[in-house]
Amino acid sequence: MRFPSITSPHTELPNSVTKTMLWVIIALIPGSISMIWYFGWGILINMLLASLGAVLSEALVLKLRGRPVLPAIKDLSAVVTALLFALAIPPLLPWWLTLIGISFAIIVVKQLYGGIGYNPFNPAMAGYVLLLVSYPVEMTSWLPPRMLAEQIMDFNQVLSVIFTGTLPAGLMWDAITMATPLDIMRTQLDLNIMISEIRLSTLWGDFGGVGWEWVGNWYLLGGLFLIYKRVISWHIPVSILAALLLMAMFFQTLDQETYPFGLFHIFSGGTLLCAFFIATDPVSACTTRKGQLVYGACIGILIYIIRTWGGYPDAVAFAVLLLNMAAPTIDYYTQPRVFGHGTMKND
Amino acid sequence: MHYPSNHANPRRLHRFHGGLHLPDNKSQSTGTPIQPANLPPRLILPLQQHIGAIARPLVSIGEGVLKGQMIAAAQGTISAPVHAPSSGVITDIREHAVPHASGLQGMCIIIDTDGRDQWCELPEPIADVRSMTPETLRQRIRDAGIVGMGGAAFPTSIKVTPGSTQPIKTLIINGAECEPYITCDDMLMRERADRVATGTAILRQLVEADECLIGIEDNKPEAVTAMTRAVEEIGLDRTEVVTIPTLYPSGGEKQLIMVLTGREVPSKSIPAQIGILCHNAGTAAAVADAVLEGKPLISRYLTLTGQGIANPRNLEVLIGTPVSELIKQAGGYTKAASRLIVGGPMMGYTLQDDGVPITKPSNCLLVAGAAEAPAPGPASPCIRCGQCAAVCPANLLPQQMYWHARAKDLEKVQEYNLFDCIECGCCSHVCPSHIPLVQYYRFAKNESWAQEQEKIKSDHARIRFEARTARLARMEAEKKARLRKKKAVLKKKPTKAGSTVDPKKAAIQAALKRAAEKKAKQAEEGVLPGNTEQLSEPQKRQIEQADSRRSDNRQTSVETETQDG
Repeated sequence: MRFPSITSPHTELPNSVTKTMLWVIIALIPGSISMIWYFGWGILINMLLASLGAVLSEALVLKLRGRPVLPAIKDLSAVVTALLFALAIPPLLPWWLTLIGISFAIIVVKQLYGGIGYNPFNPAMAGYVLLLVSYPVEMTSWLPPRMLAEQIMDFNQVLSVIFTGTLPAGLMWDAITMATPLDIMRTQLDLNIMISEIRLSTLWGDFGGVGWEWVGNWYLLGGLFLIYKRVISWHIPVSILAALLLMAMFFQTLDQETYPFGLFHIFSGGTLLCAFFIATDPVSACTTRKGQLVYGACIGILIYIIRTWGGYPDAVAFAVLLLNMAAPTIDYYTQPRVFGHGTMKND
Repeated sequence: MHYPSNHANPRRLHRFHGGLHLPDNKSQSTGTPIQPANLPPRLILPLQQHIGAIARPLVSIGEGVLKGQMIAAAQGTISAPVHAPSSGVITDIREHAVPHASGLQGMCIIIDTDGRDQWCELPEPIADVRSMTPETLRQRIRDAGIVGMGGAAFPTSIKVTPGSTQPIKTLIINGAECEPYITCDDMLMRERADRVATGTAILRQLVEADECLIGIEDNKPEAVTAMTRAVEEIGLDRTEVVTIPTLYPSGGEKQLIMVLTGREVPSKSIPAQIGILCHNAGTAAAVADAVLEGKPLISRYLTLTGQGIANPRNLEVLIGTPVSELIKQAGGYTKAASRLIVGGPMMGYTLQDDGVPITKPSNCLLVAGAAEAPAPGPASPCIRCGQCAAVCPANLLPQQMYWHARAKDLEKVQEYNLFDCIECGCCSHVCPSHIPLVQYYRFAKNESWAQEQEKIKSDHARIRFEARTARLARMEAEKKARLRKKKAVLKKKPTKAGSTVDPKKAAIQAALKRAAEKKAKQAEEGVLPGNTEQLSEPQKRQIEQADSRRSDNRQTSVETETQDG
């Protein structure tokens, strides 16, 4: 009897890229639901719109490159990029900006470098930064969380705002939008208001802004799930959070009225989303364990520096992109000690 | 009895990096006790079943052989003989398909068995092993054709010869059997624990090891019990049966040493370098058979398992039995049979044809069904998730090695310690992109070896070329030096104040003088130049013309030379 010649191992392979991406999507569910809960249907519409744009962009480029389209679409990596991108942009962002951002992420940042596995930069963050530097006003016009909102728009109203730019009768842009807590903190600190005074406002919860801090909690839950499923390792999230916390605590001890406390930084802006979902993008991150610690710590430090002294209220995207550039070098200098090499336990 | 029991005083075990918890799939083949396989009508015995030089046939076609008779002798130090597993007639000595990953053929001796299974005269059994010299025992092991039965097939007699390195402190018997599906060592330790223990004692005596550790994974409690009892019965002191956690690949030599002793075998070296020697449980049993009974290695325990086999089981099979015969005895193939593997699922290689024989290191025939080992889909690009690095027992960075191996940047792959890869397959197993990583490393290793050979060859050629160039340059320089010297002599102004004679002219004059003297001498002796008497007229004329021409030339040339000077 004749049999095929196949190389070992001869096992049922337990993992696949699709499965990995699916776990990430599942882990994003609690965070996404809380975002939709606090900030309205715009989040969901953005997620769907971005996913559609991502998949279409990916299919288009693969077709032009003469590569098989279906396997690449089925790996769900474009959808993950789209979801992360959608969770980072404001809920009422005009549809065409969402599409520009996501198609730039997929076509230029991902596919022009060779597609999945070859992109040196995190596509979602690159798309986000493109929009942030090109359309700063639109990109910083957030909605207040539902408990602070004067009026909550229904699905159709949101749809019409996103696609036509017309607000429901009687509403004004200035009235419905609101800066993010990070932005507010920053502006008020610039006005030399003390933190204890700033925090007197009802905008603030226990750690960060009302609503926002809960979104952070749900991202954290999803992130812990990913660690539990071994989709990501603890190294990058822990080092990002630890570095950011240490930086914040250090400066807070210098002057606690000028420098917000550590947990404010953790539960504000995109910190937790970044720590567990964005910086852990394996393709553009460090791959050695030690390297991941360095990579994460640098991101944490950069987030603090840019938030505190830089020109933008949040810094997650910039920090991640800057460290993407450094990842290969960090990897090179943080190789583990191979079994039987160097100083051994023998003596 | 004085031996530390692992129950009373558990040994501190150690961990190696990575590893995998795999479904062990062992119970399928341990249900029935071991039975001898049926005598096949034909045995195919490859001359190369070991690492080292191929064995040299001692028999010719048509010759009758008896069971246990040596039919091929070891050639050189690292080699092993081959014995007839049953009596019969040599029908052919030719190339035949052998179990090898390459699918290539190898030289084989083919025996048509006669069914009588008649033994030849075996060497005297050794009853009192302790009184034997190490040389005698080593020779016995060598003559029995024993090789490492865990898969590497390195001649055992060489391994138990003390080298120049430090003395062996610890002998480790590898009964870990960490690969899923394989149960032949488990069954051997269950059913022939006494032989394994005796073999252990002999091996230990040979290398004069202080202590002995028998490592068995905790998914084989029966084997642990049997071995513990056997060790106790024989009275092996300072010997411990150690139950180790089931974690693939704890049966890898370096990994097992790590688990049991916490010591790392340095890269590119062997355990002996740190005073440890490792033998497979099956090898120990074969050594005991050879010493106690004089029986050469002609059979072994083999696991037949997988969804593709009707009745998974273990058999004691004669070396050289074709795979198809054994499958038949295990109930034949099932409908699910889709892949024929020698060895386990993690490191085994596929056979394309079931006509190949079982060899000394074959431990398992796994006929996998499509559900157990689905056909590999297309690989997608590496996403650098690092799961491979997390499970690598050598603590390598498989993702980086893959990157460079794919680019055929052999230097870079080696920088990432390619040659520390033990090809255990953990990385390929967990890879979400389904990249056949180990295959890339095998390729890179082979390419590196080929390149090394090329380099040695080209180095030779370069050295030869450089030597030749140097030699030619030297000759040229010497020639020039001689010329310069001559010229210098000629150019040298006369040192004596009185002499106005040009040195060149003096030299010419001296030469003319010598010629004249010679001529005079010849005339004196009555010798005339040439046979000038019997020349014809035209010839004489020619000579005269030539003479006159020569004298003219001489004059002109002398003049030219003087002018030049």
